[in-house]
Amino acid sequence: MTPSPAIAVEASGLVKDFGLTRAVDGLDLAVRRGSVYGVLGPNGAGKTTTVRMLATLLRPDSGTARVLGHDVVGEADTVRSLISLNGQLASVDEDLTGRENLVLVARLFGFRYRPAKARASDLLEAFGLPEAADRQVKHYSGGMRRRLDIAASLFVTPELMFLDEPTTGLDPRSRNQVWDIIRSLAAAETTVLLCTQYLDEADKLADRIAVIDNGKVIAEGTPSQLKASVGSGAMHVRLLDPDQRPKAERVLSRALNTPVHLESDPAALSASCPPAPERAAEAIAELSRSGIAVADFSLGQPSLDEVFLALTGRSAEEAAAPEEPELIEEEAA
Amino acid sequence: MSTAPTTRAGAAPATSQAVHTVLSSCERPPRASALSASLTFGWRAMLKIKHVPEQLLDVLVTPVLFLLMFTYLFGGAISGSTDDYLQYILPGILVQSVLFTTVYSGVTLNTDVTKGVVDRFRSLPVWRPAPLLGATLGDSVRYLVAGTVVVVLGFVMGYEAKGGVAGVLAALLLIVVFAFGLAWVYTTVGLVMRAPNAVLNAGFMALFPLLFLSNIFVDPDTLPGWLEGFVDVNPISHLVTAERGLMEGTASAGDIGLVLGIAAALTAAFAPLTTYLYRRKS
Repeated sequence: MTPSPAIAVEASGLVKDFGLTRAVDGLDLAVRRGSVYGVLGPNGAGKTTTVRMLATLLRPDSGTARVLGHDVVGEADTVRSLISLNGQLASVDEDLTGRENLVLVARLFGFRYRPAKARASDLLEAFGLPEAADRQVKHYSGGMRRRLDIAASLFVTPELMFLDEPTTGLDPRSRNQVWDIIRSLAAAETTVLLCTQYLDEADKLADRIAVIDNGKVIAEGTPSQLKASVGSGAMHVRLLDPDQRPKAERVLSRALNTPVHLESDPAALSASCPPAPERAAEAIAELSRSGIAVADFSLGQPSLDEVFLALTGRSAEEAAAPEEPELIEEEAA
Repeated sequence: MSTAPTTRAGAAPATSQAVHTVLSSCERPPRASALSASLTFGWRAMLKIKHVPEQLLDVLVTPVLFLLMFTYLFGGAISGSTDDYLQYILPGILVQSVLFTTVYSGVTLNTDVTKGVVDRFRSLPVWRPAPLLGATLGDSVRYLVAGTVVVVLGFVMGYEAKGGVAGVLAALLLIVVFAFGLAWVYTTVGLVMRAPNAVLNAGFMALFPLLFLSNIFVDPDTLPGWLEGFVDVNPISHLVTAERGLMEGTASAGDIGLVLGIAAALTAAFAPLTTYLYRRKS
């Protein structure tokens, strides 16, 4: 039937403009079949636009992309039959019940009515939604809605699943449930392309990660490679007295020999972790010797913000373009 | 294997075992036919009527109020008796109620776009126009309901259909066909505007003058010449004339043909435009 190349997604030089804004700017991507691939970046980096081009919802202005061996422009119909997309907005009909939503999608996939109902029940069961099945989706929580959305894309096991920020806005428990689902997909050898703003999410789930900024891939590798390139993590310091922050910044940057980042919390600073933890301890000691009182400090995994700082010299917040609002895209398209 | 605690509050979490089982237990059915896909979307429109009946009721409030108010308040003054005026106004109110309902076809489509449901439909391997054609066909049932409510109310108030049952049914059929054509204008508007409310406002703003400056409420002969000129070319007037003709049993083939022609022209122009915009929609 279809060829089964080892590469699930192969994009080169993808470009998409919305009016004067270049959302995606010469993006290259290679995703191995059967892997979970993380696309990490702040709001407005071009993640959603990229996914929408790969999922055939948007036409690239230039560049090419092949998904599971098929061109996303020339063979869009074939691509569509092999993939499923979970957008940022859960694509479910709020007025309908969970079960009706699933039966609707099943019928569109070509199931006859009875098998559609049977499979809908199986999916509701598997995704922990049997009690809520006959309630309207508008009464669902964010996590339930997301699970229903994912269930709807699994009627026919897709070869490749796009998940665009599946846990944004979810509470920790729902987030864990979604993570479990993604792990199960990976175990079933479905290729997953996961867009996220959270490094810990990409770190926990993805085999490889691409960091994107301004529509370009600025770093790519396994989570460990990426973290190694950023430094082992970040050192966070909170002061008792925010007024001492400028002084603390000077002391720390001298002691650690790296630039110190001022957090939005007026009493907090952070810096990439020194190679040896002792250096961090010395730096803290240096602070108290200079008469600066420390409320607490911690060494931790780098956040997206820190990855960004290390890779681009600016924070993810600064990088976040006024989010490529869907509405603007629509107008332009 | 770790066993997840299953006693947590709310719905039990998805276990990887269960997800794995559903993933591996399915064979891909053959692709849905164009007809089956369209009917499925039509079924969705029916479910909407079931779950959100208030949307249909909202649309009906104005025509029902108009019918009661115009008949009992102005009927005597305009036609000499409320009974005579009811005979005149009922087909017009039928047109009004159904045309109001068409605006909601655009509103519904816009809601789908803003809520992201369209993304799901567009990424499914189904015949491309199916979501639009299915929704419009499903909405035709809505038009039929709106029309029937007005006709039934008219009968309760004492309307006499000289065209008989066949005439009334033909009138309902004709208005639904016209509404099907007009709905494509609103689906186009629904894809161009940003928010459902904007579609609603634009839709009613366009409809109101056309409905009032027609022969729905008064005989155009009583109007000043310049206004009568407009009323005579207003397509709504031709529609109302045909509806009146069918219900009174005096319809001419020309009247009906003209209405069908307008409906066909609207469909020919706006159905492809809607499909094009829907595809390009991102």
